[in-house]
Amino acid sequence: MGQEVRPAAIVRAAGLTKQVATPDHTLVIVRDANLAVQAGEAVAILGASGSGKSTLLGLLAGLDVPSSGKVWIDGEDLFALDEDGRARLRGRMVGFVFQSFQLLPALTALENVMLPLELAGGRDAKARASRVLEEVGLGDRLGHYPRQLSGGEQQRVAVARAFVTEPKLLFADEPTGNLDSVTGDHVIELLFRMNRERGTTLVLVTHDEHLAARCGRRIRIVSGVVQE
Amino acid sequence: MNRLGLSLRLLRRNWAAGESRVLLAALFIAVASVTTVGFFADRVRSALDRQANELLGGDLVVIADQPLAAGFLEAAAKQGLGVAQTRTFPSMVSNGDAVNLAEIKAATDGFPLRGRIRLTDAPGAPEREVDGGPKPGAVWIGIPLVGRLKLQVGDTLAVGRAKLTVAALISREPDSVLDYFGIAPRVLMNAADVDATGLLQVGSRVTYRLLVKGEPDAVARFRAEVTPMLARGQRVEGVRDARSEVRSSLERAQRFLGLASLLSVVLASVAVALAARRFSQRQTDAAAMMRCLGASQADIFAINAWQFVILGVIGCALGTLAGYGAQAVLATWLTGFFQVALPLPGATPALQGAVIGFVLLLGFTLPPLLRLRNASTLRVLRRDLAPAEPLSVVAFLLGLSALSALIIWQAGDVKLGAITIAGFAIAMAVAAILGYGLIVLASRLRGAAPGPWRYGLANLRRRTGGSLVQIMALGLGIMAMVLLTVVRSDLIAKWQQSMPADMPNRFAINMQTDQLPEIRRFFAEQNLATPDLYPMIRGRLVAINDKKVSGADYKEERAKRLVEREFNLSYTDKPRPDNRIVAGTFWKERSGKPQFSVEEGIAKTLNIQIGDSLTYEVAGSRFTAPVTSFRKVDWDSFKANFFVIANPELMESYPASWITSFRLDRGREEVVSALVQKFPNVSVIDLSAIMEQVVRVTDQVSRAVEFVFLFAIAAGLVVLFAAITTTQDERVFEGAILRTLGASSAQLTAMQLAEFLAIGLLSGTIAAAGSVGLAMVLSDKVLGIPYEFNATVPLVGLFAGAIGVALAGLLGTRRVVSSPPLPTIRAVT
Repeated sequence: MGQEVRPAAIVRAAGLTKQVATPDHTLVIVRDANLAVQAGEAVAILGASGSGKSTLLGLLAGLDVPSSGKVWIDGEDLFALDEDGRARLRGRMVGFVFQSFQLLPALTALENVMLPLELAGGRDAKARASRVLEEVGLGDRLGHYPRQLSGGEQQRVAVARAFVTEPKLLFADEPTGNLDSVTGDHVIELLFRMNRERGTTLVLVTHDEHLAARCGRRIRIVSGVVQE
Repeated sequence: MNRLGLSLRLLRRNWAAGESRVLLAALFIAVASVTTVGFFADRVRSALDRQANELLGGDLVVIADQPLAAGFLEAAAKQGLGVAQTRTFPSMVSNGDAVNLAEIKAATDGFPLRGRIRLTDAPGAPEREVDGGPKPGAVWIGIPLVGRLKLQVGDTLAVGRAKLTVAALISREPDSVLDYFGIAPRVLMNAADVDATGLLQVGSRVTYRLLVKGEPDAVARFRAEVTPMLARGQRVEGVRDARSEVRSSLERAQRFLGLASLLSVVLASVAVALAARRFSQRQTDAAAMMRCLGASQADIFAINAWQFVILGVIGCALGTLAGYGAQAVLATWLTGFFQVALPLPGATPALQGAVIGFVLLLGFTLPPLLRLRNASTLRVLRRDLAPAEPLSVVAFLLGLSALSALIIWQAGDVKLGAITIAGFAIAMAVAAILGYGLIVLASRLRGAAPGPWRYGLANLRRRTGGSLVQIMALGLGIMAMVLLTVVRSDLIAKWQQSMPADMPNRFAINMQTDQLPEIRRFFAEQNLATPDLYPMIRGRLVAINDKKVSGADYKEERAKRLVEREFNLSYTDKPRPDNRIVAGTFWKERSGKPQFSVEEGIAKTLNIQIGDSLTYEVAGSRFTAPVTSFRKVDWDSFKANFFVIANPELMESYPASWITSFRLDRGREEVVSALVQKFPNVSVIDLSAIMEQVVRVTDQVSRAVEFVFLFAIAAGLVVLFAAITTTQDERVFEGAILRTLGASSAQLTAMQLAEFLAIGLLSGTIAAAGSVGLAMVLSDKVLGIPYEFNATVPLVGLFAGAIGVALAGLLGTRRVVSSPPLPTIRAVT
């Protein structure tokens, strides 16, 4: 808190607050968060269930709108953009891995990975997507639908989907939360390896100290208040 | 466990979550539209009946050739019916030296019970309608007597020994149809004066009529009570029995209204089915969780069943109330439009609405409910387990059979119901095969499709079952709507056209064979079209296949009457263009073999088959010949038509009088006087009263049907909504995921549009094909109007499908584009 933020930060948040109105009172989920993440860093956001860590991550990625405060990604003011502008920015710069994979069930593994490239108007989507899927060890599963894949495999597809656009920034929300520990470890290995190889900035949310320990920097969030 | 209490609490929670609201809305609109149609059709039907009853002068009439026993009057009094009695007999009437035969009707006060008599003071003078009949001491006379007896209003007419004052001239009697072939002019007098005339002696030829009026139920009870009391020479007639034209017009009207309510049932059930499916899909998680927490299968079933029952009670009650309110509004709109006050609706439609609501609800919710019992507890542990696959059409068999039963019940006509069911079933089977093929084909092609289409088509394929259900439901909804709008106006227009402007409105009868050339010349001089003249010979049917027939051989009232009365027979050497041969073959000219052709309706009533031989008695001699063809006669045409015609070989030698029909425009009434003056033996019957009645019925029915169809269209829109919402959750969720991957609003919209357009085009194709097919069958088989292909029907179906579904779909899923993704993802997971 109160730390000086350097302009080179790839993600910067200032006075970030999210509150929701319940019938009896106003619930503050994230309170006046200020933080900065430098390019190439690996940051873990740690916190108990309900501490507001996933909400914070969603705000940083522009998936939700704050009650007040600002977020800059690569110097661009996220909430000065409209929903479309934020989507474009994400398409260009941000990858996202969800706890429950969130693959599109109608599409094959390959099509799921091609999707962000196609949305961005990329040309050789198929070749690039196949390559990344091979990289995550699913070269023989290209035509499989999500329901034909195990949880670990699905999450690896999700990782491939997140990396295929070569994002500068990767957000991961409890990426191993739905996996057993062995499978979870594999996915984490994969995540860190690809992060290293590509020099991607990684921001992940977890309540797993063991996983957090692998990140260069840990941010704790308690009852919506960020502590470093 | 208090299952009912738990159900109530769960229902309240589900209510907040929105699942049950859709089901309730579908149910509400289903019941509301069905009861509105029911209530309203009920009232319109009774109004139409009552209006038609004016043609009888009452709701029902008992006709006898002897004075009626006191029991008939007592029965009427018991049912609280209004009564009037008439005696009709021929007699000479005179004014000084001038004498003429008249058809005298002596009526008690209160006659006519329905309709009003139209009077005038001099031929061509302004007319007025009055309630009731002449007072004692007065007579109203038919206009022809003015000329023949040199009478005018205020003069005295001698009727038997009585001297009565001519108080007015009759220009129209409401019940003139009863004396359709009455030849002599009318003299209407008060029953109180009959004794003074001294005309009625033992053995006089008198027709006694007892007319009654009252609520339809009471009239029906009266009819049931007096029917067994009828002796030989006595009969009961409603207007349907009396006139074929009015009967066929009313029956067609009822079919139209039946069709309207039928389609609302179909649409309503589709909406309920879709909503029930979504409800139970969304309950799967809760059911799995409850199983984990120790609920038995029976508990799960009971808890959910109670929720449905509570929803059903609320939906039916609200729907019935709304239906009653809506029809009251409708009735107010239409008051100026009906000539008689709309009778209050009966309770039946409310009952019908409730039964339909529950049958639909249970028929379509039981199968998913039974599945819910088996919800896998694993689902709780592994959220990624796919939700239960949407129910296939087979699982809806219970609902579908319930629906079929309802359709037949609602149609009130097994044939109409069966045709509709078969039509929808065939359309659905074809639709399912076609839809499946198209989905598979589309998914094969998706690799080559541009981005949004690939996604849209992929979605279509993933949910093959769900997409099929959606496409078929939408296809059905659109088909019904197309049928209701385009086809309906088409059919009504054609029905109205089937009564051309030059329809005849006068019959001239009793022309003699040697007068025919002169009569033709007369028509030409008057600039009237050359009339079609038909010979008419009165004969009695005495035997079928050499077996003597009598009224006692038949159960049906109409059949008894037909064999006891004299037939009007005719002969011709070639078939008339307006009679269609429906069985057998019509004779060739001068075939040399005597034969009969019989109208198909009467053949059915009298159980006559092709090849049967009929024996008729005409003027004391008998002849026999085989039936070689059946004809379909358009009774609405107001042309002279005959139940039985023979070829000339058989009947030429018998003395015949001739009959024709012709059109006389308003203001040319003098033609009738000229005709009668020139050919004094000829009588002219004015049909314009009946015709106006038929035209009015047609007109009113089309208007009523249009109103009723509005509700069916509302039901169609609910189907559209329900079908879209079945996949709304998934769409909104997937849209949010796509948003996180960088999809723009335009891309999201394009993807949604691609899928909805594909669904819309598929269902539009089905709707287009289905509505053409069904319209063809309906117009030909049910409504009896020849079908003409109208290219707008399939085009409207196709485009209404594609555009309607795309618009409704985008509207239903606009949340995808408008809200930030994370809250959406959270809300759904």
